[in-house]
Amino acid sequence: MASDTLTTSGYIKHHLTNLTYGRFPEGHEHAGHWGFAHSTEDAASMGFWAINVDSMLFSVGLGVLFLWLFRKAAKTATADTPPGWQNFVEWIVEFIDENVRGSFSGKNPLVAPLALTLFVWIFLMNVMDLIPVDWIPWAATLMGVGHLKVVSSTDPNVTFGLAIPVFILVLYYSVKMKGLGGFLGELAFHPFPKWMAPVNLILEGVTLIARPLSHSLRLFGNMYAGEMIFILIALMYGGGIVLGAFGGLLQLGWAIFHILIITLQAFIFMVLTIVYLDMACAKDH
Amino acid sequence: MNFNATLIGQSITFIVFVWFCMKFIWPPVMNALETRKNKIADGLAAAERGKHEKELAEERAKDILREAKEQAGEIIGRADKRAAEIVDDAKGDARVEGDRLKTAAQAEIEQELNRVREELRGQVVSIALAGAGKVLEREIDEAAHGELLNKLAADI
Repeated sequence: MASDTLTTSGYIKHHLTNLTYGRFPEGHEHAGHWGFAHSTEDAASMGFWAINVDSMLFSVGLGVLFLWLFRKAAKTATADTPPGWQNFVEWIVEFIDENVRGSFSGKNPLVAPLALTLFVWIFLMNVMDLIPVDWIPWAATLMGVGHLKVVSSTDPNVTFGLAIPVFILVLYYSVKMKGLGGFLGELAFHPFPKWMAPVNLILEGVTLIARPLSHSLRLFGNMYAGEMIFILIALMYGGGIVLGAFGGLLQLGWAIFHILIITLQAFIFMVLTIVYLDMACAKDH
Repeated sequence: MNFNATLIGQSITFIVFVWFCMKFIWPPVMNALETRKNKIADGLAAAERGKHEKELAEERAKDILREAKEQAGEIIGRADKRAAEIVDDAKGDARVEGDRLKTAAQAEIEQELNRVREELRGQVVSIALAGAGKVLEREIDEAAHGELLNKLAADI
């Protein structure tokens, strides 16, 4: 724990604060200097040009782990009897491929690898949620790092960082497949007849914008809430043996249930990506 | 919920990861899967062909077996017939040989009988001559009556 006096709200706040690196603004005691934010307010005051070091570290680390593990299998992939790890990779790849074939009607070499990356990467980031909430931050504190959020997918920057490129891809394919006119026409002439184009535009525009928002906020919300419950359960360990033991049981139960949630959220994010891209590539509505 | 440059960093990372996955992970794995699929399909087809061939071979083997059985039966029949013939021949030969031996033995017996009879006849003549000579003493001339007596002996 970073603070010496441990209060419940302090503990929760501490766990929900990112390790943000940026430039302190005017009026701060370290004004003009670069450094790590000491609190959420500090981080907010740093403005846009700051970076959540913990989110980047864990997401990039897990992403590289995923790519390395899968590349290892891909390099030695043979048509003969697959050895253990290759078999596992093939199982996942086939699972993704089946889903893409089922939901995506066109032919596009990008969609399936995109879906694979999203599924495994998000799954790995979510898995960090199952590690007891205090372990890694505690180790970080010992090394002098004040804040550390281990689960990257509880950082909206990360989930939006995934959803926005997908949204850009959707826009790109929409324009590419239907032409700019076709795409705008789809927005303007859709539910109501042509003379109500402004209303249509607003309706369809909202639908369009809602997609990346719901896409990323769904993942963020689920993981954030799950993390929060883990933190609340962890608070019970401070309440004596009986409450602590009960907390242990609860944590076990919630963690087992969470295995379902983290897989499901990764899967939903992937499926939605495929469906959005399919809608973008579909010729007729 | 502070939005900051993490958003951009994350997006770039994401794009790089997807590019890497698309370039170096997806194609080789899919390639291996595709190759294996074809291999398995080939294997199954070969198995099907093998099964078919096996059925044909079994059919042929059955035919050959039946033919062989027929031939064997024919050969056995012929052999039986031949054996019967041989036995019959042997029987005939034996009978002929037996007959021949019997005839030869009879001929020999006949011959012996004749010889003994001849000898006996000669002796009878001699005894008769000797007896007559003793009875008649002088009247009988060996030379004059010998011929008569020999005629007598031949009649006995």
